[in-house]
Amino acid sequence: MKKTYKIEVDCANCALKMEEAAKKVAGVAEATVSFMTQKMKVEFAEGADPKAVMADVVKACKKVEEDCEIYVD
Amino acid sequence: MTKKQKKVFVRIIIASVLMIALHFVPVTGYARFALYLIPYLVIGYDILRKAFLGILHGEVFDENFLMAVATVGAMLLGVYQESQGQEGEFAEGVAVMLFYQIGELFQAVAVGKSRKNITALMDIRPDYANIEDESGNLEQVDPDDVEIGTIIVVQPGEKVPIDGVVVEGTSTLNTAALTGESVPRTVREGEEVISGCVNNTGLLKIRTTKEFGESTVSKILDLVENSSMKKSKSENFITKFAKYYTPAVCYSALALAVIPTVINLVMGNPANFTTWLIRALTFLVISCPCALVISIPLSFFGGIGGASSCGILVKGSNYLEALAQTKYVVFDKTGTLTKGVFQVTEIHPEGISKEELLKLTAYAESYSNHPISKSLKEAYGQEINKASVSEVEEIGGHGVTASVDGVSVAAGNAKLMRKLGLSYAEKTNVGTVVHVAVDGVYAGYILISDVEKEQSAEAIQALKANGVKKTVMLTGDSKAVAEYVAEKLHIDEVKSELLPGDKVDAVEALLQSKSAKENLAFVGDGINDAPVLSRADIGVAMGALGSDAAIEAADIVLMDDNPMKLALAMKISRKCLRIVYENIVFALGVKAICLILGALGIASMWLAIFADVGVTVIAVLNAIRCLSVKNV
Repeated sequence: MKKTYKIEVDCANCALKMEEAAKKVAGVAEATVSFMTQKMKVEFAEGADPKAVMADVVKACKKVEEDCEIYVD
Repeated sequence: MTKKQKKVFVRIIIASVLMIALHFVPVTGYARFALYLIPYLVIGYDILRKAFLGILHGEVFDENFLMAVATVGAMLLGVYQESQGQEGEFAEGVAVMLFYQIGELFQAVAVGKSRKNITALMDIRPDYANIEDESGNLEQVDPDDVEIGTIIVVQPGEKVPIDGVVVEGTSTLNTAALTGESVPRTVREGEEVISGCVNNTGLLKIRTTKEFGESTVSKILDLVENSSMKKSKSENFITKFAKYYTPAVCYSALALAVIPTVINLVMGNPANFTTWLIRALTFLVISCPCALVISIPLSFFGGIGGASSCGILVKGSNYLEALAQTKYVVFDKTGTLTKGVFQVTEIHPEGISKEELLKLTAYAESYSNHPISKSLKEAYGQEINKASVSEVEEIGGHGVTASVDGVSVAAGNAKLMRKLGLSYAEKTNVGTVVHVAVDGVYAGYILISDVEKEQSAEAIQALKANGVKKTVMLTGDSKAVAEYVAEKLHIDEVKSELLPGDKVDAVEALLQSKSAKENLAFVGDGINDAPVLSRADIGVAMGALGSDAAIEAADIVLMDDNPMKLALAMKISRKCLRIVYENIVFALGVKAICLILGALGIASMWLAIFADVGVTVIAVLNAIRCLSVKNV
């Protein structure tokens, strides 16, 4: 399953860091962050619960880039 | 400016004012250090915090870290100088931080602005749909809530929010936002309309045939918004590059500070540690990779935005990049290079006038619904008085005989003429020939064929001018027709009489014969082309307005059916790539030079700031040029 989330991040490099961090989270099969459109696209691994996984993704991203915002609704 | 940016702006002003004031304050010694610490912390506290948190999280080598080390180093150097009885230099460390923040702010504003411009260009999202209630008042509702089969009202000046069929009203629609085409389209009752068009003149009532999420406008928006998710090779290169680059620079800076000092000590010379430390710090400031990291995605995003404003949808930066290296273009014939509509192209009368021949033939064929008779009627262009046609007899596989105003007319193929025992002009022309006999005498023939699009020949030429080596046309049509069209359009190679499966094989063979660096693009009208579209390096669907299958299978979608758009897309792609390379060479070049000058002690901290912030700003401004597609 794929989902797209709106994000807020200030610099292109930070977006790259978030992408790297999100990819490493368990339950994430693939993640892409676009700095230009301010969006994060996450492909979840089979059987993963998007809500729980996204909570981890937010945590991981906050760790590498404090100022980032991910709007999970 | 966003709230965040405004806050930084205020901090920049406060720090600048403090800096200027401090210049005139007659304080000396460590008190001066304490005073300079105020503007330093005002402007740089967030950078220091981020650098600190970065170290805690094991994310060491980023730009915050570089700036923090460089400026803290500069401040400590001042303290060291004070302790040696000299006057400490504190202004430089603060200035570096200040200029870094100014540069970052400028960059953020510029990127934000171009993002807004590009998204505005793509903004075809309708905000609401009008529904009429019982008393005839219009109510605005969220298009997402409109069910299939609902009647919606579109007033002049409003966007059509959902795909549907007109049930009442006539109007012209502006499709420019979808196709880049400025000629408006007229729609009447019973015709289909596509969401995203703007209603120009009359009030339209439309019965929706799709949900909002399935409508054309939603599909296009989804496609464009996700396009920057597919990253180009250049972007991936820079990501990898930055991974090795920053640590390499940091270790070099460390070496620059330590090795010469050690050598000096060993040789018995004065250590000169401060000189080398300043050089190492300058080195760090120069090395920030931001110019590349930001300008490359921005260039591609701008190029995709610019292309979509001309009705060219590119599904990813990678495709925009690949398009520049396209050396082989394979076309489908019908509907792509030709109009896919049969038209009367030649009239050869014998013994009667052209008009008379066309009129008699159109009358004789008037009862038939065959495409051939339709095109005859269209060419005749006048109302057909059916009362004057009688004794119509269709002869299967031959043609038709009828009496028109008392004159017997026979219209059909060569077999019909032979059957009537008439001699006729033997023609091998491409297309369908309709022979006509009037009152038992051969009266000439009318040629009906699929015509090339006006822009096809020009498009082939433009592609060649853009570096395409070979153009190939694939068609299921007969050899004679295919070769005739190919010669007219100057196409290099033709493969005719192909079945749909053969097209995949033909493309497969071409893919095998080319080198890996050259790309092959397949251009089709999206009908029955899906396997070939996905097999080619770049699949281009043309005239895709309203065809979901094509939008899904293709990598690049040309919204209208003008083949010139492909050449335009290639030009945009080449321009975009040129700008990307310019930025890579410029940024790396300036940095390399400054790094050497910094290591040799020629470059000051001020040059270092230019090498970082200045280069980034120039690269960003250059990248924004991708958006402009007027003079590519």
